[in-house]
Amino acid sequence: MPHNLPETELHNPQSTKPPLDPHLKALENEAIHIFREVAAEFERPVMLYSIGKDSSVLLHLARKAFYPGRVPFPLLHIDTGWKFQEMIAFRDEMVEKYDLDLVVHTNPRGAAENVTPFSHGSALYTDIMKTEALRQALDAGQYDAAFGGARRDEEASRAKERIYSFRTPDHRWDPRNQRPELWNIYNGMIRKGESVRAFPLSNWTEVDIWRYIQAEEIPIVPLYFAKKRPIVERDGMMILAEDPRLELLPGEAKREEVIRFRTLGCFPLTGAIRSGATTLNDIISELETATVSERQGRAIDRDQSGSMEKKKREGYF
Amino acid sequence: MTAPAIANAALDDATAVSAHPAQEPVRATRDSRPLRLITCGSVDDGKSTLIGRLLWDTKAVKEDQAATLQRDSNGKQNDLGLPDFALLLDGLQAEREQGITIDVAYRYFSTDKRSFIVADTPGHEQYTRNMATGASTADLAVLLVDARVGLLEQTRRHATIATLMGIRQFVLAVNKIDLTNYDRARFEQISHEFKELALSLGVRQVTAIPVSALKGENVVYDGSGSMPWYDGPTLIEVLELATTRSAQTVGFRLPVQRVSRPGESFRGYQGTVAGGSVKPGDSVVILPSGMVANVTKIVTFDLVRNAAVAGDAITLVLDRQVDVSRGDMIAAIDSQPMTGLAFDAQLVALQPEGIQPGKRYWLKSGSRRQRVQVQPASQLDLKTGKWNHADELPMNAIGKVHLFFDEQAIFDAYEQNRTTGAFILIDPDTNNTVAGGMITAKRAALGGIHAEESRVILSLPADLADQLMATELFAGRREDVEVRRVNAGKAAEIIDAIDG
Ligand SMILES: Nc1nc2c(ncn2[C@@H]2O[C@H](COP(=O)(O)OP(=O)(O)OP(=O)(O)O)[C@@H](O)[C@H]2O)c(=O)[nH]1
Ligand SMILES: [Mg+2]
Repeated sequence: MPHNLPETELHNPQSTKPPLDPHLKALENEAIHIFREVAAEFERPVMLYSIGKDSSVLLHLARKAFYPGRVPFPLLHIDTGWKFQEMIAFRDEMVEKYDLDLVVHTNPRGAAENVTPFSHGSALYTDIMKTEALRQALDAGQYDAAFGGARRDEEASRAKERIYSFRTPDHRWDPRNQRPELWNIYNGMIRKGESVRAFPLSNWTEVDIWRYIQAEEIPIVPLYFAKKRPIVERDGMMILAEDPRLELLPGEAKREEVIRFRTLGCFPLTGAIRSGATTLNDIISELETATVSERQGRAIDRDQSGSMEKKKREGYF
Repeated sequence: MTAPAIANAALDDATAVSAHPAQEPVRATRDSRPLRLITCGSVDDGKSTLIGRLLWDTKAVKEDQAATLQRDSNGKQNDLGLPDFALLLDGLQAEREQGITIDVAYRYFSTDKRSFIVADTPGHEQYTRNMATGASTADLAVLLVDARVGLLEQTRRHATIATLMGIRQFVLAVNKIDLTNYDRARFEQISHEFKELALSLGVRQVTAIPVSALKGENVVYDGSGSMPWYDGPTLIEVLELATTRSAQTVGFRLPVQRVSRPGESFRGYQGTVAGGSVKPGDSVVILPSGMVANVTKIVTFDLVRNAAVAGDAITLVLDRQVDVSRGDMIAAIDSQPMTGLAFDAQLVALQPEGIQPGKRYWLKSGSRRQRVQVQPASQLDLKTGKWNHADELPMNAIGKVHLFFDEQAIFDAYEQNRTTGAFILIDPDTNNTVAGGMITAKRAALGGIHAEESRVILSLPADLADQLMATELFAGRREDVEVRRVNAGKAAEIIDAIDG
């Protein structure tokens, strides 16, 4: 019974939001499909929640996928202890507002040994406080599937990753031997101890994320919008200087600049950009003329080509 | 821009490339779905280089990525002083070390006319499974051939897999044309050969383009400077005009992914519409049980909708208590899919163990996973294009098989519906995906008998039948044919019964 309804009639007249354009709609449909499939096929799914823009979109899609029900799995935040203060406040607000289950994990070994980005360097710090912490949390929760907000357009090894990305019991990714993944038929069969990382945003680009945030009015951490903030310049990056633990090195000075962040991670490792973008419209047009990629501001990606793949093989998201 | 001028546009002088007068790519308006395409073809024919070049010339490569590319290309620069564009795609360490592609890379770019999702697939036969992964969702295939070498067995394999998976639009990129001194006769010869192959596969829509992926000729910018004899479109022009796969032609299909029961008062069936459309009031059937119900509501997060179409992720509410669980299909009552215990299919074997006769695999299609026994019938010989009898299928084989189920299976033919006609096979011993398959027809209880209206019963004199059966055409499809020897009287009786 084909109805051949014109496109406009498909939208509910009571809805206030204009319908999504077909491109974003297709991406949304795909993501919801993946959420439902994983929730149905796995016993203990969990959603990695990093509080950034991609996580915000991921969370919104999860709520859409299971509506009118609750999100049927917990959110997991790996807290390194060095996140931006505004991120933590935002996280707690979301959990409250949307009635979510949140698990927060910090690597106890790292905390005890006082591992910081300053004392141990970005590579070792990331290894202990993020990768190792993630493995600990996944083991402790006995999660057999973990959603992540990674996109293929972020980085060359991500571009190779499946939507269902298989992990061995010690969380390793074998990029040379991925399971074939045909059509939208996902193979979720695993043995005990093995797991799958599922990436509903695989086919989204950075612009798609922003356009979707705008269309769906998704709340995000205010650090994405330009404002006058205290910064200090270090290793060619502008670092936010509001946390008392940030000690100025000889020759460094605090100053105020109108800045914003294109990605959010641990504040000592995340560089701000000079920008006057105070609205979503500003951000989108800034992005459309941007000449550098979003990961440029991340210290941990710059170590060497292939550094992301190496981290991923070891269990990093 | 002429070829030498492009060649001089070194990496650190990106402006030299962007200074091209004609096309300054602007962002896509995104008023339609993106075109999904793959590159395929034999090892080293230049697939990754071509996509790298496409990204480069459409300004999809950002400055920091360009700087990384330059750093990584160091020492590997070709005589033209150009960066190794393939490195934009070959992102795994093992790929960079060996200079080959191992797994598919997905990339996203756009021009002012539309946006694209491109899957760059590996040429090595060993990694055919990754090529199939890319092909399964593509609207168009760019098949590369090295102009110096011509069509290879691997070219044929990829063209065949792409066609089996439903791709009907091909671009033949006769690449490395710069290394043949822009030899027009060579280009025409290869194009001719490929068009014959395409025709034998049932593909009519082929555009052949002489290309230098490395120098960027006829990719985004035209190559008339070095190939004045070619007046056809560039690659990007063909891609901008290509069509995305047309909507499914059959009735409403909703493979049920999960049942949503947030409280006593609500029971909804969640899934993605895999064909047709639905609105409140429609009568639907639940398969395999065959129970009937009416749709009362289509629930989404953005309030209740008054209709949903193919591709929409929805929650359906029915007017009565019926037993529906994950793996069931809710379908239009007046246009139902096939249900049965035996089907015919074509598949590609993706793992070293191949496909073993009699082995029980898991079959997953949509949200439905069930046990199946696979009986190979024939295998395609890529050299001759003939289907030869086969009892098992080795890795990378393209085969016809019979599927036997313990429980009712639900399918459409792949030609009718790319979602409800597709499946994967999972080896229960390894949990790995070992085949991708496409349903061709339902098998009736009697061996060899297919879907309705697709059979002809002939009554022939025995000697004429024997001659026919001796022909090549017949030999190739022997397992599709049912032959009974009867006397003239009996034949008349049978045929009269059918007509009667
Ligand atoms: N002269 C010339 N060389 C080219 C051209 N296209 C590609 N090459 C070179 O051919 C080699 C192989 O290119 P790739 O792009 O890696 O080939 P591929 O088809 O992706 O290979 P696999 O993915 O491993 O199957 C590289 O050294 C390229 O620089 C071209 O148009 N002209
Ligand atoms: Mg390649």
